[in-house]
Amino acid sequence: MPDVKKILVRVRVNGAPREAEVEPRTLLVEFLREHLNLTGTHIGCDTSYCGACTVIVNGRTVKACTLFAPMADGAEITTVEGLAKDGQLHPVQEAFAECHGLQCGYCTPGLLLSTLQLLKKYPRPTDSQIRKGIAGNTCRCTGYQNIFKSIRMAASEMEKH
Amino acid sequence: MYAAPFSYHRAASLQEAVKLLQELGEEARVIAGGQSLIPLMKMRMARPAALIDINFISGLSDIQTSKGELRIGATVRHADLENSSAGTTIPIVHDCAAGIADVQVRNQGTIGGSLAEADPSGDWGTALLALESSVICAGPDGQRTVPLEDFIKDAYTTVLAHNEVVTAIQVKIPPKHSGGAHLAFKRSAPVYPTASASVQLTMEDHHMCKDARIVLGCVGLTAIRAKEAEKALQGKALEEKNVRAAADAARAAAEPQSDMRGSADYKRLLVGTLVKRAIGIAARRARGESVPAGHEYAGR
Repeated sequence: MPDVKKILVRVRVNGAPREAEVEPRTLLVEFLREHLNLTGTHIGCDTSYCGACTVIVNGRTVKACTLFAPMADGAEITTVEGLAKDGQLHPVQEAFAECHGLQCGYCTPGLLLSTLQLLKKYPRPTDSQIRKGIAGNTCRCTGYQNIFKSIRMAASEMEKH
Repeated sequence: MYAAPFSYHRAASLQEAVKLLQELGEEARVIAGGQSLIPLMKMRMARPAALIDINFISGLSDIQTSKGELRIGATVRHADLENSSAGTTIPIVHDCAAGIADVQVRNQGTIGGSLAEADPSGDWGTALLALESSVICAGPDGQRTVPLEDFIKDAYTTVLAHNEVVTAIQVKIPPKHSGGAHLAFKRSAPVYPTASASVQLTMEDHHMCKDARIVLGCVGLTAIRAKEAEKALQGKALEEKNVRAAADAARAAAEPQSDMRGSADYKRLLVGTLVKRAIGIAARRARGESVPAGHEYAGR
């Protein structure tokens, strides 16, 4: 048995400093859900395929099931809980609600963050840019049509602000 | 899914990473982006007793150009290369970087980790072999530079000693009138390609091919230089007959295995088609045209 000394992981999640001592093998998604009680980030496939666990780490989306928590030490993390501000939904959330860009909602936290990442790079994305931008997020309900509509609406709403 | 327990060590410098590798012995492994290693550890196909994290070492994620060479730090992410001017200088680098897996994996996965992992289906080993590339490794006795063709020995096997770490990749910038393309076909974004092909052509004039490098990916235990296919083009006119001969030779050079991605026969056909298309795009790029290319998958 190797020496499994616990590691102190300090991060900022949605603007607030958070920390916990965890086993090194703790995945970032488990760190968020089990240790910080932020259960908005979902575990879907747990194999780096589906993207339900997508969060933003230092400005970039990653699959939180494929990162050990100590690797994110010192990072600035945004989870789905950080999108709404003062009871006001983020324009991306508004658009998904308005366009019915979800059915069961399991993939939605990941898709919202992937949409944010996409719109940061392409504020007015083409269909092909949307396709490539959300290729790492699997939705088994919608058939993606309403997700596309949501992303287009989010883009035009965010451009107004 | 939990990986088997391991001890975690954060290296602040390359020297420290090498020292930790020495101290912790052969059961220790270096972790960079972790996009190959972590899934393997979660499936318990890899059970290192210790991980040495090199993500916090500064200066290991720079992309620099000097003296006709591109130097890419080991922890440069695929997304960094996708968005870098290096991809404009060497289109093959952009084709490869922009198509690996999906956005999230490209944001985290590193070029150094991809090469050190030496997965037979990895993209960088194929794309960089079409260029003159070498891998810089640091160990207890200092640094050594290994040509890429000597670096990857077999599936998941490199010449890296257990106490060595990849620090950078060096790529010679192709001459004028040279163009390349990396094409891959995959069933969906997050998976490895079924087959891939990288072609770099240097043209004599509009029509004559002076030099050609043709590399096949995912159809053998390592990336395969299809030298007979290269000969079919070298010093010859880029006309259909010769391109067809090159694609035929590439098919013959492939050593695919049947698996869930497709049968050996299917992969052999696919890789020939990819070579043919890559030659066309490489030639147009060598003539100065801007042509989009990269990974193709259902729904794209």
